[in-house]
Amino acid sequence: MTSREIHLTVNGEARTATVEPRLLLVHCIRENLGLTGTHVGCETSHCGACTIHVDDTPVKSCTMFAVQADGKSITTVEGLAGPGGLSPVQEGFWEEHGLQCGFCTPGMMMTATALMREVATPSEAEIREAISGNLCRCTGYVNIVKAIQYAHAKVHAPAPALAHQGGE
Amino acid sequence: MVTTRTTPEIGGMGHSPRRKEDPRFLQGKGNYIEDVKLPGMLWMDIVRSPYAHAKIVSIDASKALAIPGVLAVITGKDLEKYGLHWMPTLMSDTQMVLPTDTVKYQAQEVCAVIATERYIAADAIQAVEVEYEELPVVVDPFKSMQPGATLVRPDKGKDTNHIWHWEVGDAAATDAMLQASDVVVKEHIYLPRIHVASIETCGCVASFDKIEGKLTVWMTTQAPHAIRTVLALVAGHVGLSEEKIRVISPDIGGGFGGKVPVYPGYVIAIAASVLIGKPVKWIEDRMENLQADSFARDYHTTAELGVNRDGTLTGLRIKTLADHGYADAAANPSKFPAGLYHICTGSYDLKGAHVEVDGVYTNKPPGGVAYRCSFRVTEAVHAIERMVDIAAHEIGMDPAAIRMKNFIEADAFPYKSVLGWEYDSGNYHLALRKAMDIIGYEDLRREQLEKRARGELMGIGICSFTEIVGAGPSKDFDILGIKMFDSAEIRIHPTGKAIARFGTKSQGQGHETTYAQIVAEELGIPMAHVQVEEGDTDTAPYGLGTYASRSTPTSGAAAAMAARKIRDKARKIAAYLLEADEEDLEWEPGRFSVRGNPEAVKTIQEIAFAAYTNHPQGMEAGLEATHYYDPPNLTYPFGSYICVVDIDKGTGQVHVRRFVAVDDCGNIINPKIVDGQVHGGLTMGIAPALYEEISYDEAGNCLGGSFIDYLVPTAVETPHWETDKTITPSPHHPFGAKGVGESATVGAPPAIVNAVVDALWHVGVRHVDIPMTPARIWKVLRDHGVEG
Repeated sequence: MTSREIHLTVNGEARTATVEPRLLLVHCIRENLGLTGTHVGCETSHCGACTIHVDDTPVKSCTMFAVQADGKSITTVEGLAGPGGLSPVQEGFWEEHGLQCGFCTPGMMMTATALMREVATPSEAEIREAISGNLCRCTGYVNIVKAIQYAHAKVHAPAPALAHQGGE
Repeated sequence: MVTTRTTPEIGGMGHSPRRKEDPRFLQGKGNYIEDVKLPGMLWMDIVRSPYAHAKIVSIDASKALAIPGVLAVITGKDLEKYGLHWMPTLMSDTQMVLPTDTVKYQAQEVCAVIATERYIAADAIQAVEVEYEELPVVVDPFKSMQPGATLVRPDKGKDTNHIWHWEVGDAAATDAMLQASDVVVKEHIYLPRIHVASIETCGCVASFDKIEGKLTVWMTTQAPHAIRTVLALVAGHVGLSEEKIRVISPDIGGGFGGKVPVYPGYVIAIAASVLIGKPVKWIEDRMENLQADSFARDYHTTAELGVNRDGTLTGLRIKTLADHGYADAAANPSKFPAGLYHICTGSYDLKGAHVEVDGVYTNKPPGGVAYRCSFRVTEAVHAIERMVDIAAHEIGMDPAAIRMKNFIEADAFPYKSVLGWEYDSGNYHLALRKAMDIIGYEDLRREQLEKRARGELMGIGICSFTEIVGAGPSKDFDILGIKMFDSAEIRIHPTGKAIARFGTKSQGQGHETTYAQIVAEELGIPMAHVQVEEGDTDTAPYGLGTYASRSTPTSGAAAAMAARKIRDKARKIAAYLLEADEEDLEWEPGRFSVRGNPEAVKTIQEIAFAAYTNHPQGMEAGLEATHYYDPPNLTYPFGSYICVVDIDKGTGQVHVRRFVAVDDCGNIINPKIVDGQVHGGLTMGIAPALYEEISYDEAGNCLGGSFIDYLVPTAVETPHWETDKTITPSPHHPFGAKGVGESATVGAPPAIVNAVVDALWHVGVRHVDIPMTPARIWKVLRDHGVEG
């Protein structure tokens, strides 16, 4: 099968890959680009373990061809952390015990990160709806919801009042 | 409630520090099986049978082999040359690695393709041409037991599909007790096949080094050490010797019992690597995972429970047909073909019980593994909790009251059950009362009456379960003869930091954190300074692995015992350093001081340094210990769950409005992790209760073989769980813990069924089998004259 070259921006970095037209995007990310944080759980778009962002929109990368991502910007779990360490979503998952085996976690966090951009203070029901394309078998979702609430509270909380420094 | 003896900085028991394993998972740096990549690695893919029972007339691999990059097509005939076409199951049955003549279930492995790339291997399995001759199929275990039924296993030399009969208890005494009861309630209960469906499927990378003669296998296994021994025993005759086998269980993306068995794919990949001399990777896809890997449950039960008009429960009689598919590949301790099913008297002081189970072959995949539970305890709890509820309704007693009346009393522990178990500790009344208070039980009953008067369907269901976990003790429990102890090895470095290794293997339970907390509790070394490792048979001490909620009861106990050995030696070193008698030293977490002289102190860090730099003459240098812990008894976690459901008469949809879970797992290492385990367990409880089932049509076609048909609950279907605790320590565990990973999976389904039947009893419904899908409930409603 004839391979072709595609050009992507991956986590802010220009990358090139030579791929068969039938290569799934998730396999391109994992094997051609060497970013194994994105997982495969079902290959049918049901479990969401492979969720990434393509041009800032969450996408299940197991049912998209790599060639369809040519020229686009993709973000994976490896691109979540800011220069200061963990992103608010990652921090929330750590603080609130939002993960157990960790296998669904990257996809779950990518979905949660997209929600951060869409809704400032989502209700529990809105959070549950937002992550309903991502299956988790370990956590029962309770602490994932708390983790996402933590991230929203951290980012969208009103700036704390300046503390009195004394000497008014 | 949860007390702590250490500071948060030390982080011993009762603290909820952030998990030590999380940073790698959060940043996409976990190392799961699919992430293992070796130079020159080949890919394996498997051709599977479309038929449930068929003769293999021919396998023509020529077109597959003509595809560039395809190196080999391995058939059963190839493995037969090495005597590797069959393998033993954990239950001393046999199953095929690859067939030489007949396939016995749909999706069974037929042959395997080895290729240079994943996609080429996937192409090649489509190019293999297999000619089958269909044979009669038997799917229903009752039909399978009838004379003249298609013989599933003619190789067994018997003219029946019956595998084994197992019974326990006094049949005559139970009969007499039932006859003397005012009422005997009887019900048929079917727990269908379900699948653990961990989000990571199974797989391995087998790498045989021809020069060293050493096989290294990275493998999704919950029990790496036992697997190594099994490989040595099964493949010893082809030159695989146990010291030359290394099994590595990397990060595991969920196990739940489904990663205990040895699947044919692992063995074929190993054989391929040995034959070709290159690493071979096999990762199953989701459909292979659901259709071919070991299932759970599939118990057809008839239960009878005696009850007197005053609510006293008398005797219990259970007969079960266990559908094992074409091989008994259950993962039970050797002496227990039906696992711990005879825990079925549950939380109640029954005076008589008799249990019979018959195992049977059908043309379905083999298995009988747990689904996040300890060896059939879910089946046992479902039976007793349903029957107690039916008895309550039958005599017009409140389901909570009948439980309170018949619970084993808190002062009766240790309690010897009529079927032979010795329950270690419990306080069942307290847990149920607490759950009732949290949910507002009496108010809910009033609301139910009002709603019923208006024609609305609302139900309240209770489950007061008793678990049985933490196998050994080794006198009763073994897997293929290997005793069910487990291990810990702790080494304290000169600077007072530690590495601890275990025979278990976490699949998300958080061992890297909780084991470190146990060491911190016992030695006062901050948990941040305790490195925990598991899963590499070349480095970790031998153990039986993680399943059946056994890690804390066994390896957790071993960690405490090893730490106490270290503390004993530390005391001697401290006495030497302080020039004091050992008897005069007092221990508090992290330090010894001289009684009456609080200035005279040596910290564990100072003692560790001295163990390598200034230890007493004649004493062995170093500060480390290993312990193989053989528990004196099992542990018996328990809890009371209450569920409130509303049923939509129009659609049959069951809506779980509230669910309160009060768990008692003894003393708690990490409250946050315990809550997480309960949340997850509850979700794997609601899943089979309302959604999940793997069924088969008459031809043996799997009807739940993908996530399109097999409905794992999402966050939307999952209720907001409300959890609480009581704490009744285990008297025999070194720090009073019991294990908690599976309690909720065991306790949740009957609570939900009881709630649904509670909502429908007044229209004549006595029982509903799971999963209680809208379609099933809609039919139940219509059959009982309830219109939408």
